[in-house]
Amino acid sequence: MDAATVADGVRGQRRPIPIWLVIWAVALLLTAALYLFQQLWPWAVTYPEAWTVPLRFWVSDFMKWLINSFDLGLFTFKEFTRSIAWLLQWPLDFAGGLLASGFKLAWGEEAEWFIPRLSWLAVTAVVILIGYQSGGIRLALLVGGCFLYLVIFGQWDSAMVTLSSIVIAVPIGVVLGVFIGILGFRSRRAERLIVPILDLMQTVPVFAYLVPVLFLFGFGPVAAMVATIIYATPPMVRCAMLSLKQVPTEIVEFGQMVGCSRRQLLWKIQIPSARPTLMVGVNQVIMLSLNMVIIASMIGAGGLGFDVLSSLKRLRIGEGIEAGVAITVLAIALDRISQGFANRPPSEQRDRPDSFIARYPYTTIALGIVIITSLAGTFIEGLHTFPERLQVTTGTWWNDLVSWININFFDELEAIKTWLLLNVLIPVKRFLLVLPWLAVVGMVGLAGYQLGGWRLALFTGSLALFMAVTGNWEKSMISVYLCGISVIIAALIGIPIGIYSARHERAHRVVQVVVDTLQTLPSFVYLIPVVMLFRVGDFSAMIAVVAYALAPAIRYTDHGIRQIPPSLVEAGKAFGCSRRQMLWKVQLPIALPEIMLGINQVIMMALAMLVITALVGTRDLGQEVYIALTKADTGRGIVAGLCVAFIAMISDRLISAWAQRKKKEFGLA
Amino acid sequence: MKAYCRSVFLAALLASGTALGAAPESKDPIKLTIHDWTGQYITTHIMGRVLEEMGYNVEYQQADYIAQFAGLESGDLHVAMEMWETTGKQAMDESLKTGKTVDLGETGMKAIEEWWYPLYMKEKCPGLPDWKALNDCAEAFSTPETHPKGRYLGGPVTWAGFDDERAEALGLDYEVVHAGTDAALFAEIQSAYERKAPILAWVYTPHWAPIKFKGEWVEFPRYSEECYNDPKWGMNTEKAYDCGKPRGWIKKVGWKDGEAKWPCAYQAVRNFTISNQAMGEMVGEVDLDGKKVDDVVENWIKNNEDTWTKWTQCS
Repeated sequence: MDAATVADGVRGQRRPIPIWLVIWAVALLLTAALYLFQQLWPWAVTYPEAWTVPLRFWVSDFMKWLINSFDLGLFTFKEFTRSIAWLLQWPLDFAGGLLASGFKLAWGEEAEWFIPRLSWLAVTAVVILIGYQSGGIRLALLVGGCFLYLVIFGQWDSAMVTLSSIVIAVPIGVVLGVFIGILGFRSRRAERLIVPILDLMQTVPVFAYLVPVLFLFGFGPVAAMVATIIYATPPMVRCAMLSLKQVPTEIVEFGQMVGCSRRQLLWKIQIPSARPTLMVGVNQVIMLSLNMVIIASMIGAGGLGFDVLSSLKRLRIGEGIEAGVAITVLAIALDRISQGFANRPPSEQRDRPDSFIARYPYTTIALGIVIITSLAGTFIEGLHTFPERLQVTTGTWWNDLVSWININFFDELEAIKTWLLLNVLIPVKRFLLVLPWLAVVGMVGLAGYQLGGWRLALFTGSLALFMAVTGNWEKSMISVYLCGISVIIAALIGIPIGIYSARHERAHRVVQVVVDTLQTLPSFVYLIPVVMLFRVGDFSAMIAVVAYALAPAIRYTDHGIRQIPPSLVEAGKAFGCSRRQMLWKVQLPIALPEIMLGINQVIMMALAMLVITALVGTRDLGQEVYIALTKADTGRGIVAGLCVAFIAMISDRLISAWAQRKKKEFGLA
Repeated sequence: MKAYCRSVFLAALLASGTALGAAPESKDPIKLTIHDWTGQYITTHIMGRVLEEMGYNVEYQQADYIAQFAGLESGDLHVAMEMWETTGKQAMDESLKTGKTVDLGETGMKAIEEWWYPLYMKEKCPGLPDWKALNDCAEAFSTPETHPKGRYLGGPVTWAGFDDERAEALGLDYEVVHAGTDAALFAEIQSAYERKAPILAWVYTPHWAPIKFKGEWVEFPRYSEECYNDPKWGMNTEKAYDCGKPRGWIKKVGWKDGEAKWPCAYQAVRNFTISNQAMGEMVGEVDLDGKKVDDVVENWIKNNEDTWTKWTQCS
């Protein structure tokens, strides 16, 4: 920092703050006045029902028109989407046949040939081979262990159904994402259109668009896959745009110098150099697809998600946990493999040997394994289908554990819960519900103005207004309350853990595993035991949200502290900071913007969980979306879903603007 | 490639088709919907097995209980085996009005849905099962959040049980809390039952819960259609819903055009009936004894051949 910026910083810190203090005090006073004299302006406190814009009916009517009457000339829109569904059905059926169900070939009228699926031995061996190729012997062992879990715990059949849909959905999502990303990279105008759509795709809860997807693509695994692709593609698009922009200009210019055409430049130079970031996108697509497994099973995907749901419906907690862990294990295996490929140094161009075997050694070995194991499987049944008597289960143990806690510790848990409910949750909820909507909209706008100027103010203010205008104000405030409290608790737990793990290498390794598990274990798995211990209601919902949203708080804090330039830490040491001073005066302040981005992610995750909490009976936007889903009410679901998205966007824009500023102040940007 | 293909020759399909007299009119799969409770899963799989015995191809499709009507109307889905009068009548009537779905008759099972309490609560509230005793014991059924009002755990909001209205019309000092899902509802009941803690909740049958947990249904003034439609009816002359829940039929619904496509299959679906008793036992075997649904269904098919062959007769 030179003298001028320091002076700026000092001025920037000294002068405006009192002004803002005054402005905020006035805003709060106005709010109080609105509340106290609400008889004078009742419309400013509770949004009048008569003013509600019937947007949800318009959306429903539009969807009806789209589905029933929209004609593209040669064919209708529905015929168009149905033909896409028909196209997607083919690869899905093929993967399903290969991994899960086998193929039935009809030979004329009465004869049928049945080709069995790949045996567990073949699939596991091939996966181990892929693991070895991407990350050496350690990864091969890890992946092998993951798949053996599926075999031994009897999750194989369902896991293969899930895997077969992932195997198809991920490549489609990746290809689609890369192409949209290229579009956004090449044209500024396209980018301006794409980015807000991505924001919506990532923040509107999946439940909100399930109904239209069902109408357009029909009931069944294909519709579930389409929903998965919509949910999982956005990070790929973002990564594609970002990575292409980051390709150093020297490389691009070099390409131009050698006389590449535009297409050659893209495919031979830009895309290969963008590979590392692109692989991050692929990784995200895989993880998000696995996040969707439970929801997809609600509309007909079957597989592990269905097992989790149906065993929890019967309160067989252990079976639910085992199936849930199977999803986690699958996620970890696929994640590590994709990361392995991402981190591998790009292969050098070699002379290609002539023979197939020498050119594709891994493919050859894989084919060999498949043929040998399948042959062996026809003679020895156990090699094809793992014998049931060798499978193990921990099912009853988990049930007994929950019962034991329930019987012995319920009173203590109840006491904690009651205290929190009566002293924190209920007062906050009441407070937020009596706040005049006009004042809240105004203050959201004001915050936008303070952090980012007029444009941001207009943006945040109008998003907040949308919630009132569409008649979702009360539910939005309940959502804000539930998420807000959960986010604070998640931050209070997550940030200290993150700090600890950043400073202790061994703790770091344990924490990583826990965080991975928390993020991929379907929340429904722990939702039901939580309900048994804490009853239906806001408190159970809060615990579920905290458990899910904790991960980014830990991860970003850890990352933020680790990435502090060593020179700064050294400087601190040179000044003779104690370890504690180092943390509070150097590390935390500098990591703060990063931590705030983590909090931003916590908020996103908390909002993503809202819909799931509807399953334990909250009365928020999540419930609204869920009701709309079960009533097949497209408009209601989409409008409520947009409200959730808008809460997310408001907090995202405000926090990003704030973090941006702080980074500038520290000279890190 | 063929070398590793284990091939199995299936002639059984044809044999079973001829044995039952009628070849299927169409080989296109008949799609039966499955929902998220065991009873429905069993009825659907029994029906599916019978249709398979008749030579039809059958597919099971996971779909939401109410949202499935969209699929039944468009022909994406074909037959839904359980539509309960108590929870699905409204949606079913609306769908039948479109003329794209068809009522395939009752299953013979009778649904009971009502406020339920475990037997040990009778000690704390001796006036039960009469509903008038509920207000005297409101405190016994309360929790810290609802105190001094009692707490009643209702079903998901989408089940349309009208419990908020009922509590108001009957002047009950109870707060109605909605469980978000079936699973959450029974999780809480099980938790309370283990601790012998107070619980008053929505329980329905056929289901495993009333078999596993000893308890009784509250006796409200008996349901009648006027009670729900006409505020003047009943003890509260200003409000409707001053009575218990309807105990009603469970019906089958199908895609209208399917009737022409697979007439004999539709006839068999119409003929399908089963008793509460038989169904309750099977649900118990699956949910309490942990048997596999497929085994239970197969067992039923084996032991009840006379019953289901009658369904398959087609003129």
